Amino acid sequence: MSWLRRNAVMVVGGLIVAYMLIPIFVVALFSFNDPDGKFNFTWNGFTLDYWKDAFAISQLNDALLTSLELALLSTAIATALGTLIALALVRHQFFGRRAANLLIVIPMATPEVVIGASLLSLFVYFQVATGFTTLLIAHVMFTISFVVVVVRSRLIGFDSSLEEAARDLGATPLTTFRTITLPLLTPGLLAAALLAFALSIDDFVISNFNSGSTETFPLFIYGATQRGVPVQVNVLATMLFLLTLVAMILTIVQQRRAEKLAAIRPDAR
Amino acid sequence: MTSGRRRVPYLLLAPGLLWLAIFFVLPLFFMGIIAVEEGSLEEGFSLTWRFANFTDSISRFDTQFVRSFIYAGIATALCLVIAYPLAYAIAFKAGRWKNALLLAVIAPFFTTYLIRTLAWQTILFDNSPIVDALKFVGAVPDDGRVLDTTGSVIAGLTYNFLPFMILPIYASLEQMDRRLIEAGRDLYSSARTTFLKVTLPISMPGVIAGTLLTFIPAVGDYINADLLGSSNQAMIGNVVQGQYLDIKDYPIAAALSFVLMAMILVVVAVYIKFAGSEALMGDEEERGAA
Repeated sequence: MSWLRRNAVMVVGGLIVAYMLIPIFVVALFSFNDPDGKFNFTWNGFTLDYWKDAFAISQLNDALLTSLELALLSTAIATALGTLIALALVRHQFFGRRAANLLIVIPMATPEVVIGASLLSLFVYFQVATGFTTLLIAHVMFTISFVVVVVRSRLIGFDSSLEEAARDLGATPLTTFRTITLPLLTPGLLAAALLAFALSIDDFVISNFNSGSTETFPLFIYGATQRGVPVQVNVLATMLFLLTLVAMILTIVQQRRAEKLAAIRPDAR
Repeated sequence: MTSGRRRVPYLLLAPGLLWLAIFFVLPLFFMGIIAVEEGSLEEGFSLTWRFANFTDSISRFDTQFVRSFIYAGIATALCLVIAYPLAYAIAFKAGRWKNALLLAVIAPFFTTYLIRTLAWQTILFDNSPIVDALKFVGAVPDDGRVLDTTGSVIAGLTYNFLPFMILPIYASLEQMDRRLIEAGRDLYSSARTTFLKVTLPISMPGVIAGTLLTFIPAVGDYINADLLGSSNQAMIGNVVQGQYLDIKDYPIAAALSFVLMAMILVVVAVYIKFAGSEALMGDEEERGAA
């Protein structure tokens, strides 16, 4: 009993973590289910068939490929644009910085349904056909702010003495940026890009408004909920989960290594 | 300083902020215009400055508006109750388990939002082991259902937005100076008093940020109501989506979105007025400028 008292906080914490992981466990478990009808809701028996035929549904594969393509493109654009904004906000004093900050915060505080609906309003007003391009525009739009927040938090804790040293040794601003700033900023950029990628590949609401006939992974799943979600969705979701987990752990390890390297460098003071 | 140097920040800002201006601000402007138009998809819409669209949209869908705010409010409160102990445990008690626990908190994000919600559909489906257990202990009547109820929708909202509550609270507890707790103890305050007078006030910015990050998306959400509820649990997001994409009554849909955004802004403004604004913009601004 005294053990429980001492560790009450950790016990509660453990229970909550279990609660957070239950749905993921269920998704993985039901990727091995052999459902009775079209609906994969009740456990019927173990099978590996759907892992063997993971890519048997071409419409699902196409949707997943579209999602990956969209996520890669939008992440690249949003990370570039967001990093430039973060550099301006942290490194420079300028007129209008409050307005710039506001423009970055408000999209994150706007419900997705409003963002999706207003973008569609723009496209409807100018009679732009919705499809992959409008999806790309939307995904870059809603991920930029998150990139800015992540990169900015890295830049604030940034040791600028190395850059000054490079400039003192005669490096041009561009060379300094390429050889000093960018490598030091890489962990932050990686974290921001990972977040942008995750947000993009996960997005349903905004995409649903602006997709036209283009189908992404979440849009396929939503369409399938009415007629029964194929087991392959569980298989691919489990694969994606494991891939993201590995990517995440690698990023953490890489960051640790970067921190260790930074610690080895003798402090200027 | 040369004039070229002064132009640098604007050149850095231009591409990203232009993107946001054209694809976030401008759309809101045109949504505002469509919201006061009149007509139908067949005959076309024309701008008649019909401001009655706003009042019409409220009176037609008042049930869904009220429901959205109640559901989101309850879900936010539940998130806070669940998130605080966990954030506290991770920040102060986890030791070498800290990173693993943080990874577990963001792990749900590694699967698609829709799939997580579908998993809850599986878990709460009629005669699933959990529902049977709930019936056995008498929490649910024998012929009752868990899916398609108010409870299942609120449970889904709570689950899906929980990490948004945990992470800010954790961040504010993590950067707290632990010596303050020791100081409280040294001055003979009980663990409870130290928590109430020292730890809790210091973590308030995290609590405020967390409640906003949970409440705002929860009000506009329609996935949970769609997959875990029936038409009796429809929220305002479901209506906006239906009006825009199925019925294609663009003026009403645009007016609805505007009213939703305005209501959220009012609630947030009132909340910040009472809770203090440091958590949202204030201190970030200062830190950014430092």
